[in-house]
Amino acid sequence: MAGLIKTNPTTTLRAGITPPRWLLAELTYACPLQCPYCSNPVDYANYQTELDTEGWKRVLTQARKMGAVQLGFSGGEPLTRKDLTELVKHARDLGYYSNLITSGYGLTEEKIIQLKEAGLDHIQVSIQASTQELNDHIAGTASFEHKKEVAHLVKKHGYPMVLCVVIHRENIHQMPEILAMAEELGADYLELANTQYYGWAHTNRDLLLPTKEQFEKAEAIAQAFKETVTGKMKIYYVVPDFYENRPKACMNGWGTTFLTIAPDGVALPCHSARDLPGLDCPNVNDYSVEEIWNESKAFNFFRGDDWMKEPCRSCDEKDKDFGGCHCQAYLLTGDMRNADPVCSKSPHHGVIQDAIDSAARSTLSANEKPLLFRNSKNSKLLS
Amino acid sequence: MTINKELLIQFSRTHRLQWEEAQQKNVILYPEGMVELNESSAEILKLCDGTRNLAQIVSDLEHKFSTSGLTNDITAFLEVALQNGWINQN
Repeated sequence: MAGLIKTNPTTTLRAGITPPRWLLAELTYACPLQCPYCSNPVDYANYQTELDTEGWKRVLTQARKMGAVQLGFSGGEPLTRKDLTELVKHARDLGYYSNLITSGYGLTEEKIIQLKEAGLDHIQVSIQASTQELNDHIAGTASFEHKKEVAHLVKKHGYPMVLCVVIHRENIHQMPEILAMAEELGADYLELANTQYYGWAHTNRDLLLPTKEQFEKAEAIAQAFKETVTGKMKIYYVVPDFYENRPKACMNGWGTTFLTIAPDGVALPCHSARDLPGLDCPNVNDYSVEEIWNESKAFNFFRGDDWMKEPCRSCDEKDKDFGGCHCQAYLLTGDMRNADPVCSKSPHHGVIQDAIDSAARSTLSANEKPLLFRNSKNSKLLS
Repeated sequence: MTINKELLIQFSRTHRLQWEEAQQKNVILYPEGMVELNESSAEILKLCDGTRNLAQIVSDLEHKFSTSGLTNDITAFLEVALQNGWINQN
């Protein structure tokens, strides 16, 4: 019987189009933290408007009707939205499995109880490092002790607790301490997310990208630890694709599974797609989720393989990785239709080694430029 | 991990088993993940409500589907379920 369990969604709505399963609701770009690898667009300060409560409820209802079932409340910091509990309640009534993706900043026990009663299923707390000094430096905000307290409270109130640590050059040496901290806090899941270099992380890449040696050492430590916690803690390990020879199957295939709604209502096939040129990403204020998913130019752009150029077009692995990440192709080669340059078959693959070399030189430089923290002032500078 | 034959079996409090209309199947939901279930897997898990042990689950299902000899299949599935944290025994 076990062999019959499937993990891939297969329902078909229209020819060739599968329904969304995951809805990422980026409720706001407001955030008390300033992490220099934030996945929000660097020019987020230009997008000040936010969908109102009724707008979000409508989106949740429409996406659920199409088959979306996993829901992430994200941001920015979703706790800054005053209607969060109301939206959680609405999501629960619709049958979503709701995930709150938070820095934990400002999360009180009272709020944790209130969200539980409203039907929130799980809370993912991010911690930036295993020490207060480094955590507070990376977060740009004194938050370490409070985050640990929040992690305890999340457990206390019966939520599965997911601890998320983004890994980069400043904290990768703390891998053993990070793992010990996760165990001490009783994390049910630990997400070790090697930084993906888009948005703010792209801007700060020279200061964040670890060397191959650092990465391999940290990965070996994490793998060994994984075996000791089987059955107690699940580890999600997000690989740093700069040290791979094949690209990731980004978003499980464009427009197949994931739907992101940005704070202002713009619908995105992936949370970085806002930066891609000419997609004309539609807004939920103008169209229904069903129209957006089925009909829009943006969501159909990279469906199938008609868009592919060589080497993807004739590649026997194109059904496995779908050409990789289009945002990465755009950022590093200037054309989003190119193969993700992480792929060793890409004629642009050399840019990856250039980036690695540049980051390595940066560590040796006497006048290393400082990290550019994610805040409105820097966002306006970069816009 | 193996199933203790004596102990009661309970579906995990940190997972959710639910019918998905759009997919016309039961699914298990957990942080950032989903597993689609076939009908027999779902029937087994629905009986993991903390009031039955292995023999009682087998007996109930054999009775429900007027069949016999399900012990091996059900045990094998429940061991997978235990390893994945979908069920527990206390």
